[in-house]
Amino acid sequence: MKEVILIKGGYIVDPGNGREGVFDILVEKGKIVKIEKNIKDEGHKLIDAGGKFILPGLVDMHCHLREPGREDEETLLSGSLAGIKGGVTTLCCMPNTEPAIDNQGVVEFIYLENRKIKLIDIYPVGAITKKREGKELAEIGELKKAGVIALSDDGNSVMDSEVMRRAMEYSKMFDLLVISHCEDTNLSRGGLMNEGYRASFLGLKGIPPEAETIMVARDIKLAKLTKAKLHIAHLSCKESVELIRQAKREGIKVTCETCPHYFSLTEESVLDYNTNCKVNPPLRTEEDKEAIKEGLKDGTIDVIATDHAPHADFEKDVEFSQASFGIIGLETALGIALKELVETKTINLSQLVEKMSFLPSKILGLDKGKLSVGENADLIILDLNKSWKVEKEKIVSKSKNSPFLNWTLPGVVEYVILGEKLLLDNGRLNHFE
Amino acid sequence: MDTDKKTDWTRKDLLGLAELSKEEIELVLDTADSFKEISLRPIKKVPTLRGKTIVLFFVEPSTRTRTSFELAAKRLSADTVSISADTSSMIKGESLKDTAKNIEAMKIDVIVMRHSSSGAPHLLAKAVEASVVNAGDGCHEHPTQALLDLFTIKEKKGKISGLKVSIIGDILHSRVARSNIWGLTKLGAEVTVCGPPTLIPPGMEKFPVKVTYDIKEAIKGADVLNILRIQLERQKSNFFPSLREYAINFGIDRDKLKLAKPDVLIMHPGPINRGVEIFPEVADGPYSVILEQVTNGIAVRMAVLYLVSQERE
Ligand SMILES: [Zn+2]
Ligand SMILES: [Zn+2]
Repeated sequence: MKEVILIKGGYIVDPGNGREGVFDILVEKGKIVKIEKNIKDEGHKLIDAGGKFILPGLVDMHCHLREPGREDEETLLSGSLAGIKGGVTTLCCMPNTEPAIDNQGVVEFIYLENRKIKLIDIYPVGAITKKREGKELAEIGELKKAGVIALSDDGNSVMDSEVMRRAMEYSKMFDLLVISHCEDTNLSRGGLMNEGYRASFLGLKGIPPEAETIMVARDIKLAKLTKAKLHIAHLSCKESVELIRQAKREGIKVTCETCPHYFSLTEESVLDYNTNCKVNPPLRTEEDKEAIKEGLKDGTIDVIATDHAPHADFEKDVEFSQASFGIIGLETALGIALKELVETKTINLSQLVEKMSFLPSKILGLDKGKLSVGENADLIILDLNKSWKVEKEKIVSKSKNSPFLNWTLPGVVEYVILGEKLLLDNGRLNHFE
Repeated sequence: MDTDKKTDWTRKDLLGLAELSKEEIELVLDTADSFKEISLRPIKKVPTLRGKTIVLFFVEPSTRTRTSFELAAKRLSADTVSISADTSSMIKGESLKDTAKNIEAMKIDVIVMRHSSSGAPHLLAKAVEASVVNAGDGCHEHPTQALLDLFTIKEKKGKISGLKVSIIGDILHSRVARSNIWGLTKLGAEVTVCGPPTLIPPGMEKFPVKVTYDIKEAIKGADVLNILRIQLERQKSNFFPSLREYAINFGIDRDKLKLAKPDVLIMHPGPINRGVEIFPEVADGPYSVILEQVTNGIAVRMAVLYLVSQERE
């Protein structure tokens, strides 16, 4: 990459600095050195961003890369490439790898591997408990030292309330966020989709929303008790939004996220046993979907994360009851959010940037999600006049388990710049295509 | 065979009654009517499906249903092959789709499938060109059982429209109940389901049925009682406290039956648990058509195999 890049005439959306409007940006040696109107072109590499939007790089605080353990499904490299396609420059990978990220060694492995890959920033989330079994606390202090950005047993729920209480209390010492996968696994046991008419029609065991809300309520109570920083993962239903709204009103330290599939799909998509709609928590009803949108609108829901969960074809191309839970999302998250939230005027582009970049950075304590002079360049250029079709053959992720195949989505990410790296150049993955 | 039917069969598969129209269901029943007579002949065989191969693919064992399909196929002169879960390679980890592709490579015409997972025949139907007949999938549907129930009711009562039919027992896990609900209501019957609340599926209010937990209410005025088998292991999962308590509350005995219409039909998909959901005096009593259901099962399955095997455009 040329040492100096001049981005001309893009419309900047940067809620973190409260800046919005048409500006030029000058990037030198990976740092933003100027954000001004009409910067003079002195033979730098020029990117014409006229009519396009410049946003801070997206931060996905919840995704699953399968390395180590299931490199056939996804790796740090393939996940990075999928992320770049989707405008993601920072992601947090959950600890349900094999072995789990419950010790320093695995954390170090991830940082080491990613230094070799040198694409986007990847931060591992450490396990709350050893082997994510929900029984004994992992060595949280050691995990912190190795560099985990947060704690979660995601994929599993910490069912034992006392273990969860201790984890929250103990993590305060390291100022680590606890991300809770809220699921009462006694209530959800054997469940395959949302409980209700659709499940009964298909003869599939249901998962009631209460399997989620009971644990959301519990964890809010524990956050109040311990005063720890709690973040609730993948909200799927109306009642959960209401519980968090109430908790925030009471001043309890809790943040939360939802995922694109919960504001774009409902249980009706499971019709005909489509395993690409099998996800945990399950797709809910129209009413829940609307409540999730409302929560995004009024700020109850802070973050949109992907919960990108890649699975090999042979794990999805089976009987519904046998199929793995989870769907991919890195490449489609922005497009789905633009289509379902911005185009419908539920939220505006600035609020979208907050939820997909600025707030996840803030919640994780990362100095990202902003476009500031003197700071590292971490930005994407988005053309909202273009749309694209989600095609299986073109998915960059190693796994193709998307419920959005054949959807047409608005907005094409054309450039991704992270520090000195021009990762996506006019829609092309640099050096990888 | 009557050739000027109002409806033509256009489906490759028979996966459930939810997707069938009233006319399609009537077509099966009418076709079964003409096949029933064959079973009464001294030589119970016609050449209708000569040269066709039908695979009986029972991933979940069921001797009754498999035998019924096998006899139906043989009476139509089709060749049959049985594959059960333990003889197939599925236990060695081969996926359903791979197994299906292998069966299909043997050039067969119809696969009759029983599977413990809801939707398994739907997956199979998409994967193979052969016709797939659902012989029961998980808690979803058991269309041929419902069709033989409809056939038996029509044979005994002369009609289905306007009848009051109560389905009693474990509705939650019953594919027989699901298929019966769709079949009966499409043909104009009034359906009530009855069982303990733990065994009524969530969202039942959106099914076209009445729900009651009161057995007396379910029996009173009913033209047909379809009594479902209680799986003995259900009590271990706390769906009800004991078989004894279930039998007291929901078991159909002579006393409870007094509330029914004098010409009530007693039906049961079998095999029965005597003294649990049904007592011997009722199962073997004058209103019981349980054995006739078994006989009619063959005619109905002949009709289904015949219809799905027809050359399609
Ligand atoms: Zn989770
Ligand atoms: Zn997750």
